[in-house]
Formats: sequence, C-alpha cells, structure tokens
Amino acid sequence: MAVLVDKKTRVIVQGITGSQGTFHTASMLKYGTKVVAGTSPGKGGTDVNGVPVYDTVREAKREHDATASIIFIPAAYAADAALEAISEGLNPVVVITEHLPVKDEIRVIHVAAQKGITIIGPNTPGIITPIVKQKVGIMPGHVFSPGNVGLMSRSGTLTYEIAAGMTLAGIGISTAIGLGGDPCVGLTPTEGLKLFRNDKATRAVVLVGEIGGDAEERAASFVSKGFDLPVVAFIAGRTAPPGKRMGHAGAIISGSTGTAEAKIKALKDAGVAVAERPSQVAELLRKALK
Amino acid sequence: MKLLEFEAKDIFRAFNLPTPLGNVAKTPEEAKTRAREIGKPVAVKAQVFAGKRGKAGGIKFANTPDEAGNAAREILAMRINDLPVEAVLVEEKLDIQQEIYLGITVDRTERKYVVIGSSAGGMSIEELAVRSPEKIVKMYVDPLLGFQTYEAREMAIAMGFRGKMLNTLTSMILSLWSVADSYDAELTEINPLILTKEGRLLAADARLNVDDSALYRHKKLTDGLRREPVEQNAREKLAAEHDMAYVELDGDIACICNGAGLTMATLDAVALHGGKASTFLDLGGGADAERVKKGIEIALMYPKVKAVLVNIMGGITRCDEVAKGIVAAREEKGLSIPTVIRMVGTNEEQGQEILSKAGIPFLKTMEEAAERVVQLTKEVS
Repeated sequence: MAVLVDKKTRVIVQGITGSQGTFHTASMLKYGTKVVAGTSPGKGGTDVNGVPVYDTVREAKREHDATASIIFIPAAYAADAALEAISEGLNPVVVITEHLPVKDEIRVIHVAAQKGITIIGPNTPGIITPIVKQKVGIMPGHVFSPGNVGLMSRSGTLTYEIAAGMTLAGIGISTAIGLGGDPCVGLTPTEGLKLFRNDKATRAVVLVGEIGGDAEERAASFVSKGFDLPVVAFIAGRTAPPGKRMGHAGAIISGSTGTAEAKIKALKDAGVAVAERPSQVAELLRKALK
Repeated sequence: MKLLEFEAKDIFRAFNLPTPLGNVAKTPEEAKTRAREIGKPVAVKAQVFAGKRGKAGGIKFANTPDEAGNAAREILAMRINDLPVEAVLVEEKLDIQQEIYLGITVDRTERKYVVIGSSAGGMSIEELAVRSPEKIVKMYVDPLLGFQTYEAREMAIAMGFRGKMLNTLTSMILSLWSVADSYDAELTEINPLILTKEGRLLAADARLNVDDSALYRHKKLTDGLRREPVEQNAREKLAAEHDMAYVELDGDIACICNGAGLTMATLDAVALHGGKASTFLDLGGGADAERVKKGIEIALMYPKVKAVLVNIMGGITRCDEVAKGIVAAREEKGLSIPTVIRMVGTNEEQGQEILSKAGIPFLKTMEEAAERVVQLTKEVS
C-alpha cells in the first residue's frame, strides 16, 4: 500500500525531449520508475533513452496504458499540458515546472478537482514511494528509505534534509509528496492527511511547511478535529521578514498572514509535535511511533 | 510587479472606472500647471510603493496652483519607505460623502479569486477586518465561469446600495474584475472608492499588483513603463540576472544554500544559535562551480556581511562542483572573511577532498555549521 503512486503506476513524461525531461527520465528509469512513454509535439515517433515519444498524451496513453503524468514544460505552456493530461484521465498529474501564472494554476486545479484528479505541484519535486521503487519526480531516490512514515513538504532540498535525517535514525517513508512552492497548488496538506490516514502502510505523518498562505493552519484545524495518526511538523521561515518572497513564489508573509509563528501555534494547539530544527523531526517521530 | 497609483489609474480608466480629474507631475512647476488646469482645490499625492504614505506626509492639499507647487516641492524631496519620490499625482479634491472599499485578490487556500467589498473604506482591509468585520462582503469567483453580473449586484446590495447607485456600483465591481482578470492581478484595489456629495463614485486611490509569473504575457505593460519594473539595488539586480533568489536582512551572516526551504531553515538555525543572517541566497538546483562562485561574490558585495555559511544538500547539485566554486571564490574573489561549509549528498567525498586540499574545513550537519559560523562571527566583531 502507498499513497497516489504504487507498483501499478505507469508514467508519461510530458516534455521528455527537453534537457530537464531527458535528464530526469533517465534518473527515474534508473531508480525503477515505470516510465512508459513521453510526449513532445512534433517529435512523435522518436525515442529518449529507449522511451517512445508521441505528439499527444492521447496517443501515448492509448499505446501504453499510462496512468500518471509528470510535466517538464515551460511555465507558459505548462497549464495546457496539465489540461491535456487531465482530459485523458491521468492521475496523479505531477507539475514540476515552477512560476506558473496563478490564474492558470487556479484553472488547472479546479478542472482537475471536477474530474477527481490529483494535481501535485506546481513547483514540486514530485512524489516517491520507496518500497516499490517508483518516483514520479526529480528527488534523489537514495535519500528515501522504505518505511511507515508519510512525508509532505512545500520544499525540495529541505525534504531531502529531513528524509536523510530519518534514514540515519532508521525511520523510513511510505510515500513522500512535494506539495509545491507556488502560491496555489493542487494537493493541499489537509488532503494529504486524508490520503495518509487511509493508507495501511502509514503509521505517522510529517508535514514540512513554510511561511506564506494558511495551508498549515487549515491542516492543524483538520488534525484538531480528531486524526488517528501522530503528526510531526517543521516550519521554515521563522526569521523571514514580512513582504519578501523567500525563494518560492508562495513563501511570503503578506501583512500579518502567513507567519511561521501562527503556523507553529496552530499546529501545537492541535497536538502536533513541532520540531525546532530539521534534525529534531526524526527524534520526535521516534517518540511518536513508540 | 506593483504599479504606481497613476499607472494603475490609467488602466482603470480604460476599463470605465472613473477616477478624479488629475495628472502626474515630476517637478513643482508641472504640479502648478496641473493644478491650474484642474481649476479648483487639489490633492498632491506622492507616487511611491508604500501603504500609509498619508501618515508619512506624502499627501497634501492645496487651494491654489502656488500652494500645489509648494506641496509638490516638499513631497518630491521626501523619502517614503526608504524610497525617493519621483513623481506626484495632482488631483481634484473631493467632497466626501462616504468612503468605500473594493478589492480583488487570490485566496490561496480556496485557490480562487475573491472579490471583497465594504461600505466602510479608507483604512486597510486588515484594519477593517479587525474593526468592522460585519461590514466586509466577500464573493468567490467561479474559476471556470468567471464573475457574473448578478453576483456583482448581490454584492453591491450586501454593501448597502440600492436605487441608481446600485447599478453604478455593480458595473464598477464588474469593471474591477475585468482589470484583475485581464492583467493577471494578485491584487486589484480601490481604497477608498469615494461617493462624493454630488453623488459621483470615483476611484480615489488605485492599486494593481501583477503576478510576476504572468509578466511574460503583459509585454505592453512592462515595455510601456517609464521606470524599472521593480525597485532593486545593484546586488539584487545582479542576483536576479543570474536567476538566484536573494533577500537582504539586518544581520551579518550570509547564508548561501540550494533550495528555498533549506535556505530559510538555515537562516532560522543561525538565529537559534544566537546569530543573525544578513543574506538569503538560494543558488537553485544543480549549481556548478561558476554559479557557486558568483553567488559568493554577490553575497560579499553587501557591506553588512561578516561571515559566510554555505549549506548544501546535494541532489542534482554536486558537492565537488560546490567545493570547486568555494575554492575559486577564495582564490579569485577575495573570500577572506570567516566561512563555514556544510555539504552532504552527491559526490560528497570528492568535494571533501577538494576542500581539504585547499585547507578549508567543512562540517557534516546543519546545526554544527550554524553554531560554528555564529561563534566565528562573534570572534571577528
């Protein structure tokens, strides 16, 4: 068991012939991901690392029974690519591209929601289920060891930092999901909690958040209403100044909303164990899993 | 990208949103001429990116053209929010009956545009939410259908308007939505929207912040500006040219890392050990030696920096490349202040070897590194 990506997942890479698409296709294949096809309009009939390339998602899906998509398409065209994947019913659709116009993000997220499809990202490192060696993303696979903790994060390298710390402590991961660093993203922490709650392989959940928006507060409120798994959190940006975008388009304190203090308080009030330092996450998990 | 008031008003008028009679001026003489053209008492308003410019003295009233010229002279000499005032907007002074609030922004959690209105305007929406939350009317825009006329009408009624004013306000709300939709706006705001004693509704102030990620499809806007799209210092400009996320802070330790979350967490770790960061610098993914060197070079340009902390979690970024960049920065760019390196991940051993040969120590955990750099900074200050 796992969340969203399991051993049956068959992936299409949209934008497979670009440098990012080609590089990460090779890396996904090496890790064990079932990448069955790619798309690149005008390059149908060719192949990349032995993966056949099609002009459209419809053709790629028809020929290879694909179930999911990962998108490496420049921001101006990424929304169209996501809508194409949604129209073919691929699920999940992982949008690696960052800095999509917010207006496009909103449209894609709501079209997907109507069809019951999960969008991961935009601006995400993707999703990985170590036990079945399937990653639909760009994360270094070796950092994640298989286990029983579900991990969700708004950031990439900080996730690797925390996952590496967990591995050192002998704690593994059921599925790790990059939620994405853009202001509007598809899968939210609250939805992630619901998925992990229904996953038999998951015994605890880690939420790595950061300044900006109120997704962590919403997740805290969800947990406070009764959540049967222990939750550990880390929030980055306690020293970030208001009004400045801290790297991610979504990491910004606007007025008095989106501060780390507010998120930490909401999480603590909901009974979530909040780590002060990334390395403390593993410690808190060990206690929680006892 | 934020637009100045007069730039936003130019756009608002193109969408049939009435604004007070007025024009922009860059010198006291021009301001005098503008006031004469208007032919009645005027407001002279600083054109800066700052809320509360009124409290900072950036808005003055004048009864005659001469007074307007003097007001402009004073305002143009000011710095507001640490920025120079390069222009003023000279506008007819309004006889205020009522101040109203209208704004459209993105609700990140609902992932929808939200239209906000209130019969009590003139203060910020946050103040309003504290003082009279019952007067705030909110309507979410359907992501697939857009905002409908009947919804704007219901909103105007909820704001307390009936009769002839109902239809006027309805069409203003719809126009504001058209501006937001057409310009990929993060924030479109009229505060205050003024109902004058003679019964006119006018956008007395205007804010329009365009989504930076959508600027590529608003070339007309960016090309037409008579100024830099963003206020940046030389270091910020250089970092932006190299596509590095760079933010300056008040402390003295420059944090150079890969990934936004890790960089924020590194700043926090420095603070936990009693230090203060001067610099948030995210190299991004897959930085090579040249890029690492450039990042250090940019960080060193900031005079507040007394020490450097490089924290790398190698994934697609390779530690050997990072090490080469650090060595090059020391040899070519005069990196002579205390420097602490922490890197793990891809090609860690090769990186370690390069640093050892160059006599540069490095640490394995983020916390050790943060503690060490704070300690070194205290020794040099």
